Amino acid sequence: MRFKGRVWKFGADVDTDAIIPARYLNTSDPDELARHCMEDVDLSFAESVKQGDIIFAGKNFGCGSSREHAPIAIKAAGISCVVAKSFARIFYRNSFNMALPIMECPEAVDVTEAEDEVEIDLDRGEIINHTRHKTFSCQSIPPFMQELVESGGLMGYVTKKIISSP
Amino acid sequence: MGMTITEKILADHASEREVEPGQIINVRIDIALGNDITAPIAISEFKKAGALKVFNREKIVLISDHFVPNKDIKSANQAKLLRDFAKEQNLTYYYEVGEMGIEHVLLPEKGIVLPGDMVIGADSHTCTYGALGAFSTGVGSTDLAAAMISGEAWLRVPETIKFVYTGKLNKWVSGKDLILYTIGDIGVDGALYKAMEFTGDVIENLPMASRFTMANMAIEAGGKNGIIVPDKTTEEYVTNRAKREYKFYYSDADARYCDLREYNVSRIEPQVAFPHLPENVKGISEVGNIPIDQVVIGSCTNGRLEDMRIAARILKGRKAAPYTRLIIIPATQWVYRQSMKEGLFDIFLDANAAISTPTCGPCLGGHMGVLAKGERAVATTNRNFVGRMGDPESEVYLANPAIAAASAVLGRIGSPEELQNPGEIDEV
Repeated sequence: MRFKGRVWKFGADVDTDAIIPARYLNTSDPDELARHCMEDVDLSFAESVKQGDIIFAGKNFGCGSSREHAPIAIKAAGISCVVAKSFARIFYRNSFNMALPIMECPEAVDVTEAEDEVEIDLDRGEIINHTRHKTFSCQSIPPFMQELVESGGLMGYVTKKIISSP
Repeated sequence: MGMTITEKILADHASEREVEPGQIINVRIDIALGNDITAPIAISEFKKAGALKVFNREKIVLISDHFVPNKDIKSANQAKLLRDFAKEQNLTYYYEVGEMGIEHVLLPEKGIVLPGDMVIGADSHTCTYGALGAFSTGVGSTDLAAAMISGEAWLRVPETIKFVYTGKLNKWVSGKDLILYTIGDIGVDGALYKAMEFTGDVIENLPMASRFTMANMAIEAGGKNGIIVPDKTTEEYVTNRAKREYKFYYSDADARYCDLREYNVSRIEPQVAFPHLPENVKGISEVGNIPIDQVVIGSCTNGRLEDMRIAARILKGRKAAPYTRLIIIPATQWVYRQSMKEGLFDIFLDANAAISTPTCGPCLGGHMGVLAKGERAVATTNRNFVGRMGDPESEVYLANPAIAAASAVLGRIGSPEELQNPGEIDEV
C-alpha cells in the first residue's frame, strides 16, 4: 500500500479526548465523529483536512481511552495514514483491527513539518519526505499484523478463520 | 527460566507450556466486557459479520454506565442497543440502571471477574481487575466483536516491569497516591505495551480498594495490564463472591523483568496530578494556592465504599466552601445503599454535597458535573487531559478522596491537615 499526501503535525501524548472529545461519544456515526476530530487541539483541522492527508505526531499517540471512535474519526476525516514516534497500545491495536494504516518512525517525525508533501510505502516500511528530500526506513510490521491488514482488519480475519475451520 | 504471573495466565489461556515477551498469541477469554459507548460498535460489527449467537452467553458482560441514566436521546439509543442485544442473546450479565454500577467496580463486587481470569474489555480501565490476580486489559470495540463470536483475542505477550513498594505509608496516603507517584516517576508512556506488577510489603498490606485503584491507573502509564499476585486479602474478597472456580497464579522467583522500580513510601505524601497529564504530579505540600469550582468524588478509580468512608470522615460536621460544588457518586448501587445505611449520606448532604446515582458521567465530561470555560475541578478520577471534564479551557486536578473532600471544604486544593481537628484514619 502506498499513500501520498500533505502533513498535519501534532506533538507528544495526543490523547483520545483530543482526537474525539467524549461529549460526542453518544454516537458512532463516522461522518459526525469526523466533524469534531481534533477540535480541542486545532479547530481548523476538521474543516481543512483533505482526503489522503497524513498525520505526523510525537510519542504515545492515542493515549487514554479505548474508544474506537478515535481511529474511526481520523479515518473518516480522510487521513490515509498516521506516523508517530510511538503509539499508545489500545490505539495501536484498534488501528490494525480496523485497518487504519499506522507507522512508528521517530526519525521521520523529527524532520517532517506541517504542510510537507510525503509519500509512504507501507510494504517496504519507507517514508519519503519530498519537501525535505529525505527518505526514512521504519520498523516493519509483524507478520501477524500484516495478515490482519491483508484480511481488511480483525473482523475479516476472524470471519475467514471461522469459515476455513472444519 | 521462570515466568511472571502475567506470562503464566497468558500461557495457560493460550494452551502453551510457556510464553515469551514479544510473542503473539491467541488466548481464550473468560470474560469480555463492553459499555454504552463501546458496545454499540461491537454489536454492529457482530451483526455485519453475519454472526447469530455469542460464543457463550455467560462470558459476555454488557454494562451501560457512561451516559446513564440516559443523558440525551442519542445516549438513550446507544443504551437501548445494549439492552436489545442482551435480551436477544439472553446474556447472564446485563444490569439495568437500578441494579448497575460503574463496570470496573461492579464486576469484582458481583464476583463476575475472578483471580486467574483472562479478561478483555472495550474500556481502557479494564486493567482494574489485575488487582485480583487476573490478566485484564482494555481493547477496542472490534476486539470485543471478534471475542463475542470466537471467544478468543490476539495479544502480544508484554514484558513486565516490577514495582516494589516498601516502608510505612504516611497519613492520608492511599493506593491513589502510590499510583500517581509511580506515573509521575515513569511518565504517561513509561510502561507502554508492558505489564506493571505491583509488589512489596506495602502492597501486601494494602486493602482491596486501594489495590483496585492502583491496577485501574496502569493504563495512565501506558501499561497493558497492572497486576498484583493474589494473597489472603484477595481470598477474603473473592471467597463469598465467586460462583465458579478460580485460580491463584504466582510469579516465579527467577521470572524475567525488563525493569525494576523501588519506592520507599515513607517519602510519599498525598499526590495531586496537575493539568493536563496524569504524570504532572506534585506532593500536596508543593501545590500552592489553587482555588477550585468543583469537586468530584467517585469513578472506577475511587468510587468504592472505602472512598466514601474517607470522604465522610473529613466532611463530617463541615460544609463545602461557598460557590464550590461538591458531587459525590457512589460507584455501584451496593456502595450507594451501604453508604446510606452507614449514615454517610447524611454527612454528605449536611456538607451540601449533591449525591448521584452510579455513573461515569463527569469523569469524561459526559454529564452530572460538566465544567464551564475557565473552571477548575479536583477529582478522584483518572484523567486530566484537555477538555476531559468539559470545556477545553477547564482544568482537572487528580487526587485521592481525602484530598478531594478537604479541598471542597477549603475551596482550594488542600490537605485534611489544614482543617481543624482533621481526625485520625486507621485504613486507606
